[in-house]
Amino acid sequence: MSEISQTFDGLAVRGDHRVVANLVPENTRVLDIGSSDGTLLALLAHERGVDGRGIEIFQDGVNKCVARGLSVIQGDADTDLSDYPDKSFDVVVMSQTLQATRDPKNVMNELLRIGSQVIISIPNFAHWRNRMQLLFKGRMPVTKYLAYEWYDTPNIHFCSLRDFVELCRELDATVEKAVALSGKGNEIPFTAPWWVWNIIAEQAVFQLRRP
Amino acid sequence: MEETAQKRPVAFDMADQTSATDTANKFIQEADQPSSKLVRFGADEPLELDAGPALAPWQIAYETYGTLNQDKTNAVLVCHALTGDQYVASTNPLTGKPGWWSRMVGPGRPVDTDRYFVICTNVLGGCLGTTGPATTNTETKEPYGLKMPVVTIRDMVRAQARLVDRFGIDTLFAVVGGSMGGMQVLQWAASYPERVFAAIPIASGARHSSQNIAFHEVGRQAIMADPNWSGGDYIAKGIRPTKGLSVARMAAHITYMSDESLQQKFGRNLQDRDGLTFGFDADFQIESYLRHQGMTFVDRFDANSYLYVTRAMDYFDLAAEFGTLPKAFKDSKTRFCIMSFTSDWLFPTSESRAVVKALNASAANVSFVEIDSDRGHDAFLLDVPEMFSTIRGFITGAANARGIPAPGSGT
Repeated sequence: MSEISQTFDGLAVRGDHRVVANLVPENTRVLDIGSSDGTLLALLAHERGVDGRGIEIFQDGVNKCVARGLSVIQGDADTDLSDYPDKSFDVVVMSQTLQATRDPKNVMNELLRIGSQVIISIPNFAHWRNRMQLLFKGRMPVTKYLAYEWYDTPNIHFCSLRDFVELCRELDATVEKAVALSGKGNEIPFTAPWWVWNIIAEQAVFQLRRP
Repeated sequence: MEETAQKRPVAFDMADQTSATDTANKFIQEADQPSSKLVRFGADEPLELDAGPALAPWQIAYETYGTLNQDKTNAVLVCHALTGDQYVASTNPLTGKPGWWSRMVGPGRPVDTDRYFVICTNVLGGCLGTTGPATTNTETKEPYGLKMPVVTIRDMVRAQARLVDRFGIDTLFAVVGGSMGGMQVLQWAASYPERVFAAIPIASGARHSSQNIAFHEVGRQAIMADPNWSGGDYIAKGIRPTKGLSVARMAAHITYMSDESLQQKFGRNLQDRDGLTFGFDADFQIESYLRHQGMTFVDRFDANSYLYVTRAMDYFDLAAEFGTLPKAFKDSKTRFCIMSFTSDWLFPTSESRAVVKALNASAANVSFVEIDSDRGHDAFLLDVPEMFSTIRGFITGAANARGIPAPGSGT
């Protein structure tokens, strides 16, 4: 399987998108949850030849997706995943969306039910910059990467990488691969124990499977 | 009493005796010998009907736009709504008005006739050339009237499929339609899944709701309460139940608009007067508008056809036909693009979502958009840019998947 290109459609490919796409096998059936404007789904269709479907909550995003020829429905990950049959997709992809759901545990459970494997990227709330802001300023962290105030953030359920790994354990999901990323989405180029990543990674991509 | 009757606004007067004969003649002509293209199926080519006895001979009137390619892969069937016709992108011979969806279908439009071969038929039970109650029964030499069997959406689609066969087209590239047209699209996808590459049902649903049946019943009762209806034999008598038909249209027209759009357009504004008249004249603009809608409708539509076509919509229930809705789309390879409008209360988004849910349960290929619009059900016929851009994108994506060359690409 070839590496995902650095640019697509004239734009630089977002770091976590590249990492996610690199993990998606070719010619598979993929469901992308939180499709936004369809950038990831279009990348997967183009570079991986996947048969892709998407769910996006906002009409504007859905319009953009459908207008670029992607199969995307307007829907809500918290309520509409129950419509999909068990294991109806080879891969379920969710990029930077879990933290914005109302019931992340249930959503994760649905992802693992629908997909033979799940590839998910999440922000790490335990990154050292966030820890510093809370420790020294006593304020909720606002960083370049997570640029919202506590009162206007759509990200209502933050977790640390360790919290997420713990959730996977509770849901009987096996972490087959984890990639730690910087805020810009660059892969952190060395291996380290979880507690280190939990401090230095601003986001991470997980490949999960539930037997 | 006399005076009130004289002052009655034009809505109910114009279609009375003077022009009735002319209009009736034009109708009979269009019903039997339409201005559009026509295929006749003989006594040996019956059309199977859900109601029982097959229909023969029968005929189907249609229009086409664009050119069918050599592989016959670029055919798009456009299905019209309740009171639509085959003139989707060309002038209606009765009204002289441009095609009812010429914003959607035409050269360079989302359904681009430079790229696709567009077919639009008059529905079975209609009154513009496809066999319906106004068609002359070849046996009796009189219009069918109520002797025409009741038809269903599935019957309409069967008739269209026979026409598509005549063209030698195996698979339609796309089937597109709004409202009752959307019902036909869903029926096509369910009845002939292998013959539909892409399906675009807009502002529609997989069944007619109780409320929708109720509104249709009001319309039918209005028609049948008109003494001119004469048990359905009005054409033979040279009269027409125009009052009943226009009331039916007025009631239905309300359901095509939203409360918000009525408020915006008419509010409580008075019609050409400074104050209330303390009578039953059309004091309000909305009354005058509805009467006008009723009045113009009777010039282009047959009352019995209205009974038949509304009935077909009422009977539509895909889940009942297949047991469950997901079963209707089991193993479907068709690409669906489903669309609803926020202010549509006749076919609210929940009806579209039910179809999306069923398609997801069948693991089908589906896109769904709810378009923000305050124009109610009729939005699908209006200038709604998000609708056009979405459909253009969907169709273009599907055409690339189907390998249909873009216009001007030289093949």
